[in-house]
Amino acid sequence: MSTAVTPGPGTPQSDHPGDTLVSVEGIKVHFPIKRGVILDRTVGHVYAVDGVDLSVRRGETYGLVGESGCGKSTLGRAVLRLTEPTAGRVVFDGTDLSTLKGEELRRMRRRMQMVFQDPMSSLDPRQSVESILVEGLRAHDLDKGREATGKRLRELLSAVGLPSTSLRKYPHEFSGGQRQRIGIARALAVEPDLIIADEPVSALDVSVQAQVVNLLEELQDEFGLTYLVIAHDLAVVRHISDRVGVMYLGGLVEEATSDDLYAEPLHPYTRALLSAIPVPDPVVEDRRERILLTGDLPSPANPPKGCRFHTRCPWKQATRCDTERPELREVLPGHRVACHWAEDIRAGKLRPHEVEAVLVEEDGISPDIPLVGPASVTEALNP
Amino acid sequence: MPLLEVRDLTVVFERKGEKPFTAVDHVSFDVEPGQTVGLVGESGCGKSVTSLAIMGLLPRRGARVSGSVQYEGVNLLSLSDREMRDKRGRDLGMVFQDPLSSLNPVIPIGVQVTEVLERHRDMPRKKAMLEAAELLDKVGIPDPTRRLSEYPHQLSGGMRQRALIAIALACRPRLLIADEPTTALDVTIQAQILALLKELVHDLGTALVMITHDLGVVAGLCDEVNVLYAGRVVEKAHRHELFAAPRHPYTHGLLSSIPRLDAPRGEKLNPIRGSVSDNIPWSEGCAFAPRCPNKLDVCVRVTPEQEDIGGGRLLRCHNPVKPPVAEEVSA
Repeated sequence: MSTAVTPGPGTPQSDHPGDTLVSVEGIKVHFPIKRGVILDRTVGHVYAVDGVDLSVRRGETYGLVGESGCGKSTLGRAVLRLTEPTAGRVVFDGTDLSTLKGEELRRMRRRMQMVFQDPMSSLDPRQSVESILVEGLRAHDLDKGREATGKRLRELLSAVGLPSTSLRKYPHEFSGGQRQRIGIARALAVEPDLIIADEPVSALDVSVQAQVVNLLEELQDEFGLTYLVIAHDLAVVRHISDRVGVMYLGGLVEEATSDDLYAEPLHPYTRALLSAIPVPDPVVEDRRERILLTGDLPSPANPPKGCRFHTRCPWKQATRCDTERPELREVLPGHRVACHWAEDIRAGKLRPHEVEAVLVEEDGISPDIPLVGPASVTEALNP
Repeated sequence: MPLLEVRDLTVVFERKGEKPFTAVDHVSFDVEPGQTVGLVGESGCGKSVTSLAIMGLLPRRGARVSGSVQYEGVNLLSLSDREMRDKRGRDLGMVFQDPLSSLNPVIPIGVQVTEVLERHRDMPRKKAMLEAAELLDKVGIPDPTRRLSEYPHQLSGGMRQRALIAIALACRPRLLIADEPTTALDVTIQAQILALLKELVHDLGTALVMITHDLGVVAGLCDEVNVLYAGRVVEKAHRHELFAAPRHPYTHGLLSSIPRLDAPRGEKLNPIRGSVSDNIPWSEGCAFAPRCPNKLDVCVRVTPEQEDIGGGRLLRCHNPVKPPVAEEVSA
């Protein structure tokens, strides 16, 4: 508990800089909100991703977690430049992606592939599995004649655990788990270095989720892949990730190795998030103390000033929290937190207090007035 | 006497020219007053159809419901539509999964809450409005009076679900059926809603039937758990026993296939192989047999019967998972 740590700068850390495959520097994605039919004025912005720094090392699995609307999917898309970032840059294996255009960018995309959440809507229902898989190969000149390609396709299918008879079938003939395997095979087809998986298992049934999680792990060992896994299910993320970043309202609030993060969450939001996850064990559930957050996620079109989390934070202090946005800084070795009071909270000097619920307007153009609400709050749930 | 007694509830969907499909197959369970009973299973196991059948919400045409659902000694399945309408909302409340599609988008929240009060408790509009504000307050919606005049799209997902709970509890029903009430919500909001349900059920003495696929939710909330697979209850037990020593290979498989936050990392998950589409019909044997690690020859020939294995537990399996040695002496 007494480890003295100097707050580091808010830049990505890496023991060996050459290890880093992707580094994201100060990336921002703001979507304009337009009003009016003729004038088409921009009346505001949705700050979906608002300044994120992170780096993914070669061969590791980086998990990005957060609740819906926190910007994790947008960040994933911005890394691939599927959504154009408003500011900041992404360096992939030494190349700044923001400088690439047209053909160069297209060629680069071979090395970074994506696996989507909903396997039904991300596979063309009118394409056979063969055609789905061959499309990527052709686009990147990897189609080396009928025989070689046929062999490659069978390899791919066996890698993801599908029978080779699947080639002539169409997506609707498969179950959800099998469709997700096709999505993974499609990503693997072009021999990428990085796979960004956006909620790869959340559309699947529990018994099938484990199959896909195991498959992702096996493929990583076999092909030396680097993963950026985006998910809301912390239990799944913890299981597959080496390092985890927690996002809240467009920003990274905490980053640590998977074990550290779960053993000692330092940011109040991470603590609340971890305590909210039900554990399938009644003995644990009965004993657990729960940090219940009040209210909802504020609108990303009108994020709170200062620390984004201060409107719901049970540890909010009178100073700094609502005026100064905390930087992501290294509080413990390899453990970065964006909280002004992380050390004091960790040492137990600050205690959680009650929070009044704040009305959240869906259109995001609300005044920041706290209303007297009944919603009870930080309470221990001990029956 | 149990508050709700479901016996051999069977729902068969029929369509001209197609093979009838049995979604719910002889499901039986009891709910005691004030008790929380869980129905757990994956998509397609019949858990939602069970709840719709109890509430009399299945279409008359196309769905054949048989068996009996005794609520305080009255068989709900034998009631007419008019009689059932009197029961629904007053004696039986229901909370659905998706709050946006179960609220009417063009009617203010307040009207949707007072509707129940006017219909079942004959309250005049003004008094109902006051009561509605109180209800919204009780479920933790800030500034309830203002919210009454707002439309569902103006509320966040968590707030909408709270409004739905307020509607369901408006007449203080003795039984509340919650069908995946937190599945559409984020975990921090889920924790709020579950805490709210727990509190309300406790304060009002309402019995709760919780339908969910999330074993974590069940572990924290339910007294008794029914595990459904392909339309049948395969295992029933109190939550402590079920999680400590699952006997059915399906329950066991489910529990060992989910990553746990408090378990050591680095171990591989043990998935259940195959998928629901591999099932065989119950009439030929055990539906789970093709996916089951404990499969015997008998499993694909003889339909397993539901057996009482003591301690209030029911099990439907030819070759159950052995209980941990220290646990039971005689099963």
